[in-house]
Amino acid sequence: MTIRVASIPSPRYLGAVLALAAGALAACGSREPATAADDPVARGKYLVTAALCNDCHTPMKLGPNGPERDEAHLLAGHPQGVVVPPPPAAQGPWNVSTTDTMTAWSGPWGVSFTANLTPDPETGLGTWDAQTFIDTIRNARHMGKGRPLLPPMPAELIATLTDDDLRAMFAYLRSIPPVRNRVPDPIAPSIAAATP
Amino acid sequence: MTPRASALVLASGLVASGPACAPTAGADHADVAPLPVRLADTGLHAAGAVDVLAPGVRPFSPQYPLWTDGATKRRWIYLPPGAAIDATDPDAWVFPVGTRLWKEFAFDRPVETRMIERVADGSWRFAAYLWDGDGADAVLVPGGAAVDVGGGPPHEVPAVGDCRLCHDGPTPVLGFAALQLSPDRDPAAPHAEPVPAGAVDLPALAASGQLVGLPPAYLVTPPRIAARSPTERAALGYLHGNCGGCHDDRGALAELGLDLRHALDEPGGATDPALRTTLGRSGRAPLPGDPDAARVRIAPGAPDASVLLARVRSRDPQHQMPPLGTRRTDAAAVALLARWITELD
Repeated sequence: MTIRVASIPSPRYLGAVLALAAGALAACGSREPATAADDPVARGKYLVTAALCNDCHTPMKLGPNGPERDEAHLLAGHPQGVVVPPPPAAQGPWNVSTTDTMTAWSGPWGVSFTANLTPDPETGLGTWDAQTFIDTIRNARHMGKGRPLLPPMPAELIATLTDDDLRAMFAYLRSIPPVRNRVPDPIAPSIAAATP
Repeated sequence: MTPRASALVLASGLVASGPACAPTAGADHADVAPLPVRLADTGLHAAGAVDVLAPGVRPFSPQYPLWTDGATKRRWIYLPPGAAIDATDPDAWVFPVGTRLWKEFAFDRPVETRMIERVADGSWRFAAYLWDGDGADAVLVPGGAAVDVGGGPPHEVPAVGDCRLCHDGPTPVLGFAALQLSPDRDPAAPHAEPVPAGAVDLPALAASGQLVGLPPAYLVTPPRIAARSPTERAALGYLHGNCGGCHDDRGALAELGLDLRHALDEPGGATDPALRTTLGRSGRAPLPGDPDAARVRIAPGAPDASVLLARVRSRDPQHQMPPLGTRRTDAAAVALLARWITELD
């Protein structure tokens, strides 16, 4: 199943969809449950939750009451076993699509798959350190130096957090169960469109 | 340059662009005078003369230059009087406070000049200056810019944050070190530039007294990549100059286990890090266009199965290497690397 999510003219403006996350983050300050010094993992969980990271990085599945998060794949990104067909052709302003897992997205940038943020050393962030995570967010590039991060990742918004906040988020991500899940590589627009 | 910035090209020639949160000049160095707004005030040229170098500014030419879409380049260094580079670690020179280096990028005409400077707190700051059309002066563009250079992809002037992507590693100064300044220059190095008159090289630098601690052996036998063939020497040099700044096992990407710099403190030959970490070695990156293929960095004898070569050839932003600073494939490098990989069979 494919869900058309928005009428969005360009990837640049996709970030606006996720401004809700930034708004939530901005509102966090006055009622923070813990400081990084007190318990960085708790604070990191708070920030990851408020920033809506789960919305894209934890796959959705169909439960008895409708779509729900697949907690067995908490923040594990697009499930490697879910092979997506080519995205629907864009029609006018309807140019962004996502799958029912909310982990694969298509748009003018091609097809992107949300990353495995668990500490699995082979397929997740297990070999990263906090600085790599910070650099990735700050520079909006994989490992801080490599390929650009793709929409809908709102890196520019998350980058408004402090280094301490980002360290806390990383500490939380290191604390969750590792999930071995090799997320597919992104698909370039020309290839995505040409795939039968 | 961000993807957003890189998408901006105006028919008129250029447009200021860059990350929305790009640092302003000098923002990271509150105790240091702001960066000059005009290149003319950076100390590169004599007052009022863009074609005359200021006293103490010396040209240099690395033997393995970085590919920037065919730009022709000129480079200069200024070391404060009485100060010297500490070359005790031949692979990580330590530059004195006050060091400044400039690099000019030209496409038929000068387009931009970059500068890096070591400031009083020991950190480095970065600047890019965009030349006006008649070459009279260049102005600071901290947010970067995209410049039409006669059709095709634009030349991307980096924002301050982009500079740090390559220059925040173990050796912030790239292209000015023992191997790059060796007088034993590689005649097969792609895009090697003529050594300009008055250029400083390793012996000249040592003789000037502004290089201390260099192991004397490097003056007796100038640094040279110990390769098994001229092709391999040039290939390893290219990887050193174009990839080793980031793919350095002392830096932020160490966990990748991919080391493409040529370290003088390594014995070289078959144990060269660039060979040890690539030949027959699997990596994480896929072969562009064939995600199901084996992910072998360099498959000896099989250029088309070698991920490293495919990524050097690619200009798909998701696969290309280097990931920034270039929008056009370096055909000469692709040919060299393919020839080398074929030889490895």
